[in-house]
Amino acid sequence: MQEPMHECKYNPGFMRDTLIPQVGIITDIRTETPDVKTFRVEAPGGGKLFEHMPGQCAMVCAPGVGEAMFSITSSPTNQHYQEFSIKRCGVLTEHLHSLKAGDEILVRGPYGNNFPVETELKGKNLLFIAGGIALAPLRSVINYCLDNRENYGDIDIVYGSRSADDLVQRREIEEVWSKIPGVNVHLTIDRPQDGWDGHVGFVPSYLQELAFDTNRTAILCGPPIMIKFCLQGLKEMGFAMEQVYTTLELRMKCGVGKCGRCNIGTKYVCKDGPVFRFDQVDELPNEY
Amino acid sequence: MYKIQKENLKALYAAIAAEDDLFLPVRSAGQVNFGLWTQEAEADIDTLKTVKSAKDIFFPQSENLYQVHRQEGKMNVQGAELCRKPFVVFGIRGCDVKGMEVLDKVFLSEPVDSYYAARRQMGTLVAMACGRPETSCFCKVFGVDCAAPAGDVITWLVGDTLYWEPKTEKGEALTAKVAQLLEKTDASAVEAEKQNIRAIVEKLPYSHLSLDKWGAAAADKNFDSPLWEQLYTPCLACGTCTFVCPTCQCYDIKDYNTGNGVQRYRCWDSCMYSDFTMMAHGNNRNSQMQRFRQRFMHKLAYFPANNDGMFSCVGCGRCVDKCPGHLNIVKVIKAFEKEGV
Repeated sequence: MQEPMHECKYNPGFMRDTLIPQVGIITDIRTETPDVKTFRVEAPGGGKLFEHMPGQCAMVCAPGVGEAMFSITSSPTNQHYQEFSIKRCGVLTEHLHSLKAGDEILVRGPYGNNFPVETELKGKNLLFIAGGIALAPLRSVINYCLDNRENYGDIDIVYGSRSADDLVQRREIEEVWSKIPGVNVHLTIDRPQDGWDGHVGFVPSYLQELAFDTNRTAILCGPPIMIKFCLQGLKEMGFAMEQVYTTLELRMKCGVGKCGRCNIGTKYVCKDGPVFRFDQVDELPNEY
Repeated sequence: MYKIQKENLKALYAAIAAEDDLFLPVRSAGQVNFGLWTQEAEADIDTLKTVKSAKDIFFPQSENLYQVHRQEGKMNVQGAELCRKPFVVFGIRGCDVKGMEVLDKVFLSEPVDSYYAARRQMGTLVAMACGRPETSCFCKVFGVDCAAPAGDVITWLVGDTLYWEPKTEKGEALTAKVAQLLEKTDASAVEAEKQNIRAIVEKLPYSHLSLDKWGAAAADKNFDSPLWEQLYTPCLACGTCTFVCPTCQCYDIKDYNTGNGVQRYRCWDSCMYSDFTMMAHGNNRNSQMQRFRQRFMHKLAYFPANNDGMFSCVGCGRCVDKCPGHLNIVKVIKAFEKEGV
């Protein structure tokens, strides 16, 4: 938990500022794909740095290199650590990929809202649709729902990536999720590949083949083009925008709605998001 | 009501500065800006508008947030010290005081920004009425009465006499400290001055701009207007408007390697810059039109929608004076007044 701010005799009552991070220890690094690694982070004395809810994010900082917002991919039901699945695509992520277990990073958070796992999603059949690295934010929700299995109905997970090598969390998907009763995992890759006997094709077309009924709430995350066509498919299947959730991602610096970067319309994605229902997304100016 | 002769102001400054830090408009290298008063400083309370607003006394252009040291291979995070010395801002104008109210909405809302909050707690505002409002002023449009600004103490400079009226507990405390330099007086000269100022304000060219097309309801309506394409073209994306603005609060967080660790600091940033929203996977505001639109939509529609109708413009007119493309918020308001949906 957060330690109190250092003494300030003229300013009693001030808490440690949210912009000041905590030191976290990387206790494990898993290579998921050629460009995605999952980092396990714990407090220096062991245990989690803070509590979070599924869908929330945290600022991860390598001092002297940079700081960026990442979704927390582990479920809050995990009592011991938090995990971040991070794709190598810039200066900071390149650096993070060079780190080793035992190295320190700075973390502050959690930030943002969360998927309504204890309210709107409770008791519902759930349809998760993800592409590529976008499984990262959904994995937190999926594992939360699986750890509280009795609170949710059937769970379908449609997940696709460029190739079989680009599927994130493949081991957990195949060895854990696929074996839980009432959970159906539908994997697909963009192009045929040796050793792959699963579905081949883009996520939107696979979604249409699967032809789900509308008695479920959908949670959709992925690259913009995938979102666009999946949303179109869901509409054709009869889904209302009120039953489809997604997360938005914009540049962020502060994480608390003050630095101005992720402002879109009257919302700040860091504070009012990242989780939005599509009827809420439709009300935003088209700038995301 | 108290008064002090202008020739005695230096003694007043010295009395305030004896205990507290004193910031006031200071002339340096041909420009007047808020600066720390010293015996050598050339105070200038006659110039109406400092080049930059008083914003950076409370929200500095650059300030340290924390330091990261490595000790025996371990990172050690040390938060920057918060402002702990009381200070006085002398000669802040009504528009800039209103600007502080706008910044308060941002920085004092949860989670409170402790760096800003500490300065607000330590700072006393000695506001000054605007004896000679200028043609680029339009604070009246945003509900500022520059004849009687908000503040802990209000002052009026009439001829060679400065009138002084404490308005808050902080203002009373400051007045008590310098009481031996002040002389009790009645309010008649000030009342006459207020009437003079308000008469000038009525006649200013931008004093009667209409905000009917703006406010919370404009958040949906004005975004898709074709006017933005026509309005933005002279914009050079220099960011001057955001830097002189008393309400612009966008900031960046950056690193500085001190050789003995890493200093993490924040500094003003500008939504006018092309890399402001740049991400690894692209930029959600690719064109200058979009960035230009964002600035005005934020000030005149999004901010009021989130803050009970309060606009994030105070009509100080600095952007009107300083924009190299002669673009400004007045042109935007007028364009929508005429043709807006």
